[in-house]
Amino acid sequence: MTPGGPGPHPVLAQVVREDWGRLLGLLIRRHGRPDLAEDALAEALASAAEQWPRDGIPDNPQGWLTQVASRRLLDAIRREATAAGKAHLLAVPEEAPPRHTHGPGGTEDDRLPLLFMATHPALAPEVRPALALRFVLGVPTADIAALFLVPTTTMAARLTRAKQRLRAIGAGFRVPEEPDLGARVDDVARAIYLAFTAGYAPREGEAVVHVEATSEAVRLAHLTRALLPNTVVLQALCALLTLQHARRDARTDEQGGLVRLADQDRSLWRRDEIDAGLVLLQGLSPTKGYAEELRLQALVGAFHDSAATSAETDWAAIARTYARLERLTGSPIVRLNRAVAVAEVSGPMAGLRLLQVAADQLPGHHRIHVVRAGLLRREGDTEGARAAYDQALKTCPDGPERRHLLSRLGELPPA
Amino acid sequence: MKYLVLLIGDGEEQPWPSLTEAEQGALMQKFGEFDAECQAREGVEILGGEALGGPSDATVMRTRGGEVTLTEGPYAEALEGLGGFYLVESPDLDTLVDCLRKLPRYDMQIAPVLDMS
Repeated sequence: MTPGGPGPHPVLAQVVREDWGRLLGLLIRRHGRPDLAEDALAEALASAAEQWPRDGIPDNPQGWLTQVASRRLLDAIRREATAAGKAHLLAVPEEAPPRHTHGPGGTEDDRLPLLFMATHPALAPEVRPALALRFVLGVPTADIAALFLVPTTTMAARLTRAKQRLRAIGAGFRVPEEPDLGARVDDVARAIYLAFTAGYAPREGEAVVHVEATSEAVRLAHLTRALLPNTVVLQALCALLTLQHARRDARTDEQGGLVRLADQDRSLWRRDEIDAGLVLLQGLSPTKGYAEELRLQALVGAFHDSAATSAETDWAAIARTYARLERLTGSPIVRLNRAVAVAEVSGPMAGLRLLQVAADQLPGHHRIHVVRAGLLRREGDTEGARAAYDQALKTCPDGPERRHLLSRLGELPPA
Repeated sequence: MKYLVLLIGDGEEQPWPSLTEAEQGALMQKFGEFDAECQAREGVEILGGEALGGPSDATVMRTRGGEVTLTEGPYAEALEGLGGFYLVESPDLDTLVDCLRKLPRYDMQIAPVLDMS
C-alpha cells in the first residue's frame, strides 16, 4: 500500500473483506468445484494486485474479479481434463452466463449456501469452523491455523482435504430444506461457536485471546443471523458471543497473562456491546435443544456483564442457570462451573461436594484441581489448596494458564 | 452425479422376518414413497435398484497368484447386513439424502460413482 492518496490496494483489500464470500459463492454456484474455486479467486486477486495499480481500478471491481476468476477456474478444469485425457468431452462455455443478480438488494445471497456447504454434515465437525471462516469471510489460512493452534501447513492440508471431499461426495450448493433445515442451522451455529471458543483457548504468544480471529467469528455469527433472520439458535448464538466478546480487552494483562473474571477491570468492558447483547437475549424465550444451551450460557454471561463489581455478581441466579444447563447437557464441565457458582452462594464446602461428582466424570482434568484448590483456599485449608494446585500443574500444559496457576500457588501463605 | 446407495443394515427398523404382514406392508410403502419423491424432484432418477439375497447366500471370489477361490459369506462385516441397493442420478448429495429420508430407517452407504467416460 503506497502512502499518500487512495491507491487501488485499499479498494482491493476492501473488496476481499466485504465480498470474498459472495464472489466465491458465485463461482461455486456457476461452476461447482469447491475444490478449485478458491484458488481461482486467489489468482484473480493476485492479478488485480498487479494490474489495478498499473491500469487503474475497474468500474466494477467485483465484476472484474468474477470474470477473471471464472476464466482461471475454467482453465483449471480444462487442465484437469487434459491430464485425464478427456479434453474432447469438455463442453464448458468460454464465459458462463450470470444466473442471478446478487449482492445487496438482490434476492439471493450466495454466502448462505456457501456457509451450509462449509458446515456440511459429511465433513468432520472439527474442520467445519475453519472452512466456514475461510469460505465465507476469506480469513487467511495462517490466521485460521493460529486460531486452532496448529501449523499453517497442517491447516492448509485439512482445508484441502475438506474441499476435495466436498467435491467428491457432490455436496449440494443450496440452503437445506425442511425437515433437515433445523439440524443444519444448529450445525452452522456449532461451527461458529467452536471458532469463537478456539480464540479463547489458552495459548502462547502475545495475547491470551486471539482477538482478531474471535472478532471474525463474531462477525460471521452476525452475518449468518442477518442471512437467516428470525432463527432462534442464531439469535442465541449472537447474544452469547456478543456478551462474552465485550470483555475481551479486560481478559489479558500487559504481559499477556490471563486475568480472572473477578480481577478484570470492568471499565474496559464494552458497554455498548453488552447492551446490544442484552437486547438480543431479552428477545428470546426459553426453548429447547442447542438454542437453549446457547441461551442459558448467554444468560450466565449477562449476569456477569450486569454486575458493576465482582462482589455484586448474582451467583444464585448463575448457579440456577448452570443447574438448568446441566440438566439439559449432562456435561461435567457445566457441573464444574456450577460448583464454582454454588460455592459463591452456599460456601466452599457446598461447591466441593458438587465438584467431587464432576471429578469422577472428568478424571485427570486439571481444571477440577484448579477449582478445588480455589475452594479449599477459601475454606482456609492452605495445605489442601497447595496439594490441589500441585495436582493441577501435573496435567496443565505450558502456557498462560500454567503461569497463572504458578502465581496463584505462590500467593498461598507459607506452610 | 450418479450414486450407489447400499442398504447395509436394519438401522432403526426391525429385521424383515420378524415383522407382521401389516408391518411389512407399511415398510414396502416407504419404498414407494421414495420412488415418488425421486420422480417429483428435478434431476433425480432411479437408474436401478434391487433387493439382495441374505449374507449366507453371498459368495466371495478371490484371485491369489492366479488361483480363483470361492468362499462363503460376505467379505467385510459391514456387508453382512447388505440387503439391497439403488443406483440413483442426483444433482447433489443433499438432494439424494432428502429423497432417501423417505426410505425405511436403514443404515446406508452412499458412494459417488466416478465418471469414467
